[in-house]
Amino acid sequence: MADERRQRLDVRIDSAGREGLTGTTPSNIYRPLHDAEQVTTAPDGRAMEEQPAWRTDFPIDWPQDHYVERRDFMKFMVLTSLAFTVGQFWIVAQNWFRRGRGQPELVRLVGVNEVPVGATQMFAYPTAHDPCVLVRSADNEFVAYSQKCTHLSCAVLPHVEVGELRCPCHEGIFDLASGRPIAGPPRRPLSRVRLERHGDQIFAAGIEERTV
Amino acid sequence: MSVKRRFTRAQRATIVNGMLAFVLMLIVLQLWLLTATMNAYLGRDQSVIWPAAVASLLCLLLNIGLLRYLYQIERTRQ
Repeated sequence: MADERRQRLDVRIDSAGREGLTGTTPSNIYRPLHDAEQVTTAPDGRAMEEQPAWRTDFPIDWPQDHYVERRDFMKFMVLTSLAFTVGQFWIVAQNWFRRGRGQPELVRLVGVNEVPVGATQMFAYPTAHDPCVLVRSADNEFVAYSQKCTHLSCAVLPHVEVGELRCPCHEGIFDLASGRPIAGPPRRPLSRVRLERHGDQIFAAGIEERTV
Repeated sequence: MSVKRRFTRAQRATIVNGMLAFVLMLIVLQLWLLTATMNAYLGRDQSVIWPAAVASLLCLLLNIGLLRYLYQIERTRQ
């Protein structure tokens, strides 16, 4: 068979050094190249089109394996994208429910004379699971904040003498006068409890959450 | 009349790599949107919640479109 093919060659240029390089050799004399798509051969020898679908997802050769793993990684990334979108709409739903709840009701905290200047008073507001701290920083100045650190919800502790609220978990420090973070990992201010004074009584009148 | 092109495996590998780069950029954008929106939500800033949700949805649709195109290429091959 090979001899028949060789007879068709132009003998004048069919030397060992020139064969196949001159462009004069008929292309059909060479063994046909494998299709690059058909490198994978299934154990039963049948064509890939006849194989079950799962076999295309578990290729034998490396190039096809690299392609399939990138395609599957992309599929996984699209699922991650779906998860992020679901999270985004979960925030929309939570915001909608929160707006429906409105502001908490007025609650009496302490009498003015019950807290000396520089002292603090712990309380829970608006529910029993929301610890807060009331500070009398001056004669006629009261401030109250949620005790939940805006970093990871540890309880912040007042240090009135230096005008700070400190989180012992990660060394977060908040300004006592404004509740804004001044050091450490927290980025948002503490939730401030709105206070109202009626005579010599201090009342909590709502929660003020801020981003800056 | 649409002509279905038949891509070689090397071409498809390049296409999937390019798509992956776009998808990863969109994912990072979505992650940033989610964290920024959560921060705004916790701070009672409601102005960004809906626009961020719509932007995230658009990113998802773009990602799904790219994935569909990839599977379309797969079908064309067979």
